[in-house]
Amino acid sequence: MTAVVSVGIVLLLVVLGLWTVVARAAFLAIAGFVAYGLLLALVWVRLAGVDVALTEAAIGGGLTGALLIGAASRLRGTEARCEAERCAPATRGLALLLSALVSIGLMVCVLLLPDPPPTLAPEVAQAMPATAVGNPITSVLLAFRALDTLLEAIVLVIALIGVWSMSPDKAWGGRPGSPQAVDPNGTLAYFARLLPPIGLVIGVYVFWAGADHPGGKFQGATMLAAMWMLMQMAGLADAPPVGHRGWRAAIAAGPLAFIAVGLLGVFTAGGFLAYPEGWAKPLIVVVEVALMPTLVLVLGLLLAGPAAREANR
Amino acid sequence: MNWLLDVFSAIAVAGGAFFYLAGTVGLLRFPDAYTRLHALAKADNLGLALIVLGLLPQVGSVLAGLKLVLIWLLVLLSGAAVSQLIARAARRREHQP
Repeated sequence: MTAVVSVGIVLLLVVLGLWTVVARAAFLAIAGFVAYGLLLALVWVRLAGVDVALTEAAIGGGLTGALLIGAASRLRGTEARCEAERCAPATRGLALLLSALVSIGLMVCVLLLPDPPPTLAPEVAQAMPATAVGNPITSVLLAFRALDTLLEAIVLVIALIGVWSMSPDKAWGGRPGSPQAVDPNGTLAYFARLLPPIGLVIGVYVFWAGADHPGGKFQGATMLAAMWMLMQMAGLADAPPVGHRGWRAAIAAGPLAFIAVGLLGVFTAGGFLAYPEGWAKPLIVVVEVALMPTLVLVLGLLLAGPAAREANR
Repeated sequence: MNWLLDVFSAIAVAGGAFFYLAGTVGLLRFPDAYTRLHALAKADNLGLALIVLGLLPQVGSVLAGLKLVLIWLLVLLSGAAVSQLIARAARRREHQP
């Protein structure tokens, strides 16, 4: 019975994946992609990867979907021309051949995996008590492979700088997006007043539960960024100006705190990002709490896009 | 007593699934955006309500039950708000030439 459900989900995934590639209109493809992300989250739940499922639903389906919708509405002017354009048959054939080769290569790789696959899970389970964190994913992300997480946070900041660098010259330093003219008594404004308090509690809960249960800063931060986005869309809040020093400092604070904790490890535990004995849990909490605002700001500002209004200082 | 609760769960979840099916048929068959939204909102609200109701006797703790009810309330809220917004956007598009 459960096998039937699994096969059904996989078939739906394949169809949605095809739809996303084949759909010619950008919005149709994005709708397919978001549904694909949510379905993929279900697959992760069935594989007992609840942490990954939460991330996929929040970032893969939700945040990436919102980013793509923003991109598609920016590209709307060029879409008709793109749809009319057709590549030469040779190019299309070559593209087909290349993607078929990549797919076949991936399939062969998956089928050739040794059984049981090589795993570090027993070592992680053995070393877990040293971190005093109950969720193995969190202890991998913030203790055993903390460097990956640090670089991830830095990559996000660099991505934001990349988005900001697309600002036109005269808007540089100004606020992103166009000012929203929304009926202050309309449905959207009402929704944006009612939902954020609940979303704030759930986001912080998901963040805090990450120590012992599935969850963590990325999923929690995505929810908080979504609430911020909702308030911006309803005209209740405005995105900060890109050139503002304080906001920039707040964005840099998270990775800097992480690096400071890492340097502390050099002097107290004999290695960058090593935690002194007995101090792992409090230091992990410090890093998580420091990274959370950075992630909320970066994800929210990535959604808001490059500066578009003239700076008025 | 326990089997009675199981039967209740089965009936309620099956009823919820029926509403989802009916809502999906409506979404595919109804003629315009407003009636389609109507079908979709019914499926979300009632279908999920029945499924949550059916799952309530099966959860171990009061807290887990409250979380299920909270999920239903949140879906209700977002469904109602988003239906309104889509319907308004559809009407605005109708009035524009």
